[in-house]
Amino acid sequence: MTITIQRRALRIGWHPDLSAPLFVLIGGFLCGLVLLPLGWLGWYSVTDANGALSLANFTRLATDPTFVGPYLTALGIAASVAAGASVSAIPLAWLVARTDLPLRGAIRALVTASFVTPPFLGAIAWEILAAPNSGILNQWYRAIFGLDPYEHLFDIYTAEGLVFVMACYSFPYIFVLLTNALDNIPAELEEASAILGGTRPATLRRVTLPMVLPALLAGALVAFLQALTQFGTPAILALPAGFHVITTKIWALFQYPPDPHLAAAAALPLLLLTILLLQGRQWLLGRRNYAVIGGKTGAPRRIGLGIWRWPALAFALAVLALPILLPYAALIKTAIVRTPSDLLTLDTLTLHNIRFVFLEFSQTRLALWNTVLLGVIAATGGTFLALTVSYVTQRGLVPGHRFLGFLATAPIAIPGIVLGVGLFLSYTRPPLVLYGTLWILLLAFLTIELPAGYQQLQAAFRGLHPELEEAGRIFGATRLRVLWRITAPLLRTSVIATWCFVFIGVIRELSATIMLTTAQTKVVSVIIYDLNESGDLGAISVLGITLLVITFLVVGIATQLPGLGRPQERLV
Amino acid sequence: MSAIRWLSAFFIFVAVLSAAASAAPTPASITQPLVDAAKQEGKVVFYTSIELQTAEKIGKAFEAAYPEISVQVERNGCERLFQRLAEERGSNIHVADAIECSDMTALLYWKRQGWLAPFVPADVAEKWPADQRDPDGYFATERFTLSPIMYNTKLVKTEDAPKSFADLLDKKWTGKIVKAHPGYSGTIMTVTFELSRDLGWDYLKKLGQQHVMQVQSAAEPPKKVAQGERPIGADAGEYFVLQIRNQGGPIEPVYPSEGTPSIPGGAGVIVDAPHPNAARLFISWLLSRDGQQLLVDTAWLRSVDPDVKLKAGMKPLSEIKVLKADPAAQEKAVDEIKKKYAEYFGL
Repeated sequence: MTITIQRRALRIGWHPDLSAPLFVLIGGFLCGLVLLPLGWLGWYSVTDANGALSLANFTRLATDPTFVGPYLTALGIAASVAAGASVSAIPLAWLVARTDLPLRGAIRALVTASFVTPPFLGAIAWEILAAPNSGILNQWYRAIFGLDPYEHLFDIYTAEGLVFVMACYSFPYIFVLLTNALDNIPAELEEASAILGGTRPATLRRVTLPMVLPALLAGALVAFLQALTQFGTPAILALPAGFHVITTKIWALFQYPPDPHLAAAAALPLLLLTILLLQGRQWLLGRRNYAVIGGKTGAPRRIGLGIWRWPALAFALAVLALPILLPYAALIKTAIVRTPSDLLTLDTLTLHNIRFVFLEFSQTRLALWNTVLLGVIAATGGTFLALTVSYVTQRGLVPGHRFLGFLATAPIAIPGIVLGVGLFLSYTRPPLVLYGTLWILLLAFLTIELPAGYQQLQAAFRGLHPELEEAGRIFGATRLRVLWRITAPLLRTSVIATWCFVFIGVIRELSATIMLTTAQTKVVSVIIYDLNESGDLGAISVLGITLLVITFLVVGIATQLPGLGRPQERLV
Repeated sequence: MSAIRWLSAFFIFVAVLSAAASAAPTPASITQPLVDAAKQEGKVVFYTSIELQTAEKIGKAFEAAYPEISVQVERNGCERLFQRLAEERGSNIHVADAIECSDMTALLYWKRQGWLAPFVPADVAEKWPADQRDPDGYFATERFTLSPIMYNTKLVKTEDAPKSFADLLDKKWTGKIVKAHPGYSGTIMTVTFELSRDLGWDYLKKLGQQHVMQVQSAAEPPKKVAQGERPIGADAGEYFVLQIRNQGGPIEPVYPSEGTPSIPGGAGVIVDAPHPNAARLFISWLLSRDGQQLLVDTAWLRSVDPDVKLKAGMKPLSEIKVLKADPAAQEKAVDEIKKKYAEYFGL
């Protein structure tokens, strides 16, 4: 069917199809972006310090308990994070997307806010809240129950504390993907189930849940991999607790005297594991058809909660308190008192931290500028790249498109810190000496954010039936014109969401950045990490809040921009 | 370029080489041409491991003295600076002008690598004790601090506070101690060397069994103790303990009976600094009587300049038993320190 349509389109129109060379060019760029650092990593993993081929790195990795331990710890933590984040995201996403929960719009906006939070900032905020002795929550607990000093309810410097904080900040991934999927379920499918006698729980289980399963799996997978490869949060919480996960262990290998060979070898199992997981997901979902936006669709129906509205709202607010309300309250308080554990009274109020950050701290302005500049450029470039790659792979336009899809997903498997080293190895030697410039950071951000952008746009394309594009081709439009006039407007929301995803991702990024910045190319995340290592919680709070405000401004502007064709509603 | 300029450049080159080969260069004072040339450059990038807010204060004080020259402070733990400078030089990046670090072995290494320019400010030549400056004039001690034990005065009564390192091994302090890391902080690297030399590794092994909270910077234990996160700190830069106490933080230093580790920090000029004159002016100022007095007055650091007055509330060195630094021996022990520390403290 598709083939005959395309033949007819070619016969009618004489417009040259420019898409092929464009796609090849982008494919080539992507290859360089991903394969160059990976190639260097691979080479380093099988060589020793003298450059001779050797498997000693892998032998040591498999036999040395100081590597095996952190690996197992990291896997256990990542699995717990994915499970915990899914369990809290599923009910909340359903309540917000499909019921008449009060304040559901505000709740959605707030979850976006928690996505904006850099995880390391959340980790620092939770240190302020739940450190065993100075933590605000533990202070309240002792005050309320009249307990002795050193009694505590929470200890954030534990594996459980680490899982909790990481789950708080990977929960929005799952939530956003789930609510988007729930929004897009055509009402007639659920109505059909109801008409055929399905009860509400049965419809939920047999129709709704299977429809959102790809989104849920994608979200859980992202949560798992993020937890596995994150550096900042474990560095902040696990090191004081006295244990390593694999990323902090790899980071330690780069301290003087650095051992990049062993570190490269330590990173490769993560890559293999991720490939297996992605393959598993493909295998699980591959044969099902999830095109949910067709030419015609009805708006999904909201379920009345009745008397359960208020308990549901209380539940939603309790879930929101953990990643957002409590941490930001703690940061704001810390910003305006001198010592974080001071009580908030008129006596302890001070502008000291604000004055320090904006007037005395010589790195603030440069870092803020670098961060915003890199964020905007990386978001624009990354979205364009992700859009093209997902289009090419989803529609199978060029030979080897599966490989392109793999390339766009592969960076998710590389811990940022190791990618940072891969980039360091690639771009400190001719022909491209980029270390010390903002370009190397831009490449890092493009590479790191590509998988998230690609996953999101690919899911959007998967939900978009080719019939609409085929209709355009029947009327003689070229592929690029179809892309611009039909596909892009339909994907408008997803494209803007991806742009914001990437921008926020850049703001949040620490693990690769920390390997690649120099004095002139500092960004805010690195400054915050440096400040944390010297315990300047007040300055961190001021900078963190500033970062959040800037992010909201930029995201606000991005979502208000008219562009990328006509709004979606007209097409129905 | 004319032949004469080539020739004079050559002679300067030879002169510099021979000066470097023989002994320290002629002491330099702050002259008007130096100040003018530095103003032309307009900026100095200062790599330092002094606690951040203190380092920014020092920068601001220099800017107050020379308003045309701005100071960009690049603060990190000494061991991190060490790594960063090596990475940058390996990639042919030249950002740093002046550098300062609390681990003297780093300065020895940089000198051997040829990354420091020989430069001796007049005050150093005149007043610095021989063991506090490089014989070839590449660096000198620009700050001196101690690493006391400290306790939170709200949580621990003075009579209950530990008086010695041995007291820290008491069961009652299990899980109550915070401590910084020698892999990050040059101060702590120096402290760990002195303690392992004078008290033996057995002490550190036992301390490792006390479930210490491990932080990174030597500036952080005092912050954690003042917040009440842990009642006892095992090591720190004394200057920062005193700063917090001065701001009303509930913290008090203890100079342990076995002796208090001492940490000299060295400063020098980078050989191919992008702002060479500003770098020399900055180091001259930092090592001048005024600069040194400022370090004491605003930062509670100590100075090896005998003319500099202590601040009220600082215990004179004559009343403290001090464990001496030995950079040359420490440099040989670095690998062992890192290995043993990881073994005993788990990180």
